[in-house]
Amino acid sequence: MIAFNKYYNQFNILSVSLVIISLLFLIFKGLNFGIDFKGGTLIELRSSDSKVNVSSLRDKFNQMNLGDISVKRFGNDTDYLIKFENKDSKKNIIEEIKKDLIGSFGNNIDFRRVENVGPKVSAELLKSGIIAISVALALMLIYIWIRFEWQFSLGAICALFHDVIVTLGLFSLLGLEINLSIIAAVLTIVGYSMNDTVVIFDRVRENLRKYADIKIFELTNISINETLSRTLITSITTLLALVSIFIFGGEILKGFSLAMIFGVIFGTYSSIYIANTILVRLNVSQKTILKDEEKN
Amino acid sequence: MLYFSKLKITFITLISLFFILIASSNLFKFENILLKKNINLGLDLQGGSYLLLEIDNKPVINQKLQNLTITLKSYFKGKNIKLVNFKLQEDKILFNVNEDDKQKVLDIFNDEKSEINPYYPRFKSHQLEINEVNSSLVVNFSKQGLVKLKTSSQEQALEIVRRRIDEIGTNEPNILKRGNDRVLVELPGLDDPMRIKSLLGKTANLTFRFVSNNDEDTFGNERLNYEDEEGSEFVSKRIILSGDNLLDAQPRMDSESNETVVTFTLDRVGAKRFGKATSTGIGRQLAIILDGKIISAPVIRDTIASGSGQISGGFTFQSATDLALLLRSGALPAPLSIIEERTVGPGLGQDSIDAGIIALILGFVLVIVFIVVKYKIFGIITNIALIINLLLLVGVLTLFEATLTLPGIAGIILTVGMAVDANVLIFERIKEELKNEKNNLIAFDSGYTKSKTAILDANITTLLAAIILFFMGSGPIKGFSITLGVGIFTTLFSVYFIARLLTVLYISKNKEKEMAI
Repeated sequence: MIAFNKYYNQFNILSVSLVIISLLFLIFKGLNFGIDFKGGTLIELRSSDSKVNVSSLRDKFNQMNLGDISVKRFGNDTDYLIKFENKDSKKNIIEEIKKDLIGSFGNNIDFRRVENVGPKVSAELLKSGIIAISVALALMLIYIWIRFEWQFSLGAICALFHDVIVTLGLFSLLGLEINLSIIAAVLTIVGYSMNDTVVIFDRVRENLRKYADIKIFELTNISINETLSRTLITSITTLLALVSIFIFGGEILKGFSLAMIFGVIFGTYSSIYIANTILVRLNVSQKTILKDEEKN
Repeated sequence: MLYFSKLKITFITLISLFFILIASSNLFKFENILLKKNINLGLDLQGGSYLLLEIDNKPVINQKLQNLTITLKSYFKGKNIKLVNFKLQEDKILFNVNEDDKQKVLDIFNDEKSEINPYYPRFKSHQLEINEVNSSLVVNFSKQGLVKLKTSSQEQALEIVRRRIDEIGTNEPNILKRGNDRVLVELPGLDDPMRIKSLLGKTANLTFRFVSNNDEDTFGNERLNYEDEEGSEFVSKRIILSGDNLLDAQPRMDSESNETVVTFTLDRVGAKRFGKATSTGIGRQLAIILDGKIISAPVIRDTIASGSGQISGGFTFQSATDLALLLRSGALPAPLSIIEERTVGPGLGQDSIDAGIIALILGFVLVIVFIVVKYKIFGIITNIALIINLLLLVGVLTLFEATLTLPGIAGIILTVGMAVDANVLIFERIKEELKNEKNNLIAFDSGYTKSKTAILDANITTLLAAIILFFMGSGPIKGFSITLGVGIFTTLFSVYFIARLLTVLYISKNKEKEMAI
């Protein structure tokens, strides 16, 4: 048996500091919102022409006076991703750019993807994204609250917030782009982390019924160990699937799978070191669950 | 937990075979109605254009209020009430009325049987609201009135957008309402939406009006510019003909002037009016105006009674074709603006499919190998259930003709990763039970029973996330939530019916053997 409970305090301190650092990053550095949430225009193009490179593209776009421009390689050597604000929401900007680029680099430019999101739509997408995550969190917590006692619910909340905040903090630190698919990833992380927590809690509750005289500090450790092989195997299989998306799934899914990979790791960690320690700190005992069951 | 009746086994087999057959219809071409179904590829996979259009209802509201002013004046005149000082603001009308009549006016507006202010009993609301501000009365659309107006202009816009896109003849366009002032257009396979954008960007409001360079016009006149932005004319506000009177319009080469023109045919009412206007107005200039700009203003030389004519204005063949198309499909009730646009070229779509499939196969193989190494014979059972799970998932998606997007493929891969979870929970539990229980059957049975709540809880929480994504997410995210959500059901089916059935078959043959999980 591994003595997970020996490190409860140390890891709690670590988690609290991770959350604080993440929040500081989120407040001061902020998130790198993609055009889905910020509005603007994105162009992905492919050209094997040697005249086309990051700096020549940047020069070309700077001449067009479009506001803040970012030009970078995207996956292949021949692929480029250009993003700009399109501040004045010029109407036919994409057609003009296409004409302009073909005019100076010739015809062998392939416009693989063009996206243009107006300011109104991006504000709505951001709003609905935030609402979606909040509603999902609330619903799951209500579910846990119905299925378990409030102490467990609180433990699950803390674990969830930890996972979401630290994942977003990592995105802020690394400057990775937040777009629509990241919202999906965050929600899946929430679901996954909840899975993990529920499985361990389920075992804690079962053990609480079984052993009246074992203190919760010991009991959580027993439960973690009993479910440990499941936790590891599930995390590994999920990570295997995610890593294969990350490496082979193409550029567009990279951010999504990376967020999920972070999330799975944090989710596994938090269900062991956050959800359980909350039960310990709230001094949950056999009485806690029996009282509730008598009521029913 | 471990007993399966013959009937149940047949049932499980039939269900599995049914969905696998449907899944296979994606690979072969069947003629059967049920098997003709296919999974649709989202725009991000097959390439295409996604356009979100917003209807600008301000001009519609303004126009309606303008018409209302005229109605109000004549209606109250008939009631011997004089309304004065009409002022039309952006979304309201202000007017004054004699202090004695004020209450009467208010009563007429707020009467449920009011002739000028329709009442919607369903919403307990009038179309218009009237309020007293300072000494004037202010009339504006009520909340419900505004909703009605928006939905009706949205319906018209949808119809016109559909006609315009159908005229161009793209491949299976998808045109849908969004909210009450938006129209969503999906154009699979289209990699350059420039022409469609320019066609949808025009209101195509066509009018024929006399040029009146004197100020005697009783309807008033306004100064309008020419389309090519050189010069302008004073044009009467009286509309002789509008686009509504058009039956048909076609581009044509005029053999005399060697110029591309648009010929049009008018309906009966239009032909009559056109004939009258051209007979009384010989020698005058008749301006042809599109969206507030003069295309041309030819001098009338002859009475045109045939009800057909032509518009010339220095068109190229392309611009004449587009103008004819716009005129044929009719005017939009209000201007549209494109507020979101996403276009994926066919090359990127194919690359995404390839990458997605490689990732799926690789992820799948990795998981399968890992499971066999970990669980041996039970690993093989898990893997069989996993493969059937995938086929069921594809089968269900095919049956509902769901749209598969790139995040949707990610959802399938994730399902593969997480589907194993339920089996792992069960096998780990059985392993524990086997430590204290020598009877294989009892150990397996209690393993299944005791792991049930954890598995259900875990899947329900994930399902909650999928449901919320489905209802709140847009486009590609929806695709993800569909595969994730359907995946949960197929997973539970494959775990509790297929994997369990196979496990039962195995252990009932090896009752005495020591089990190694």
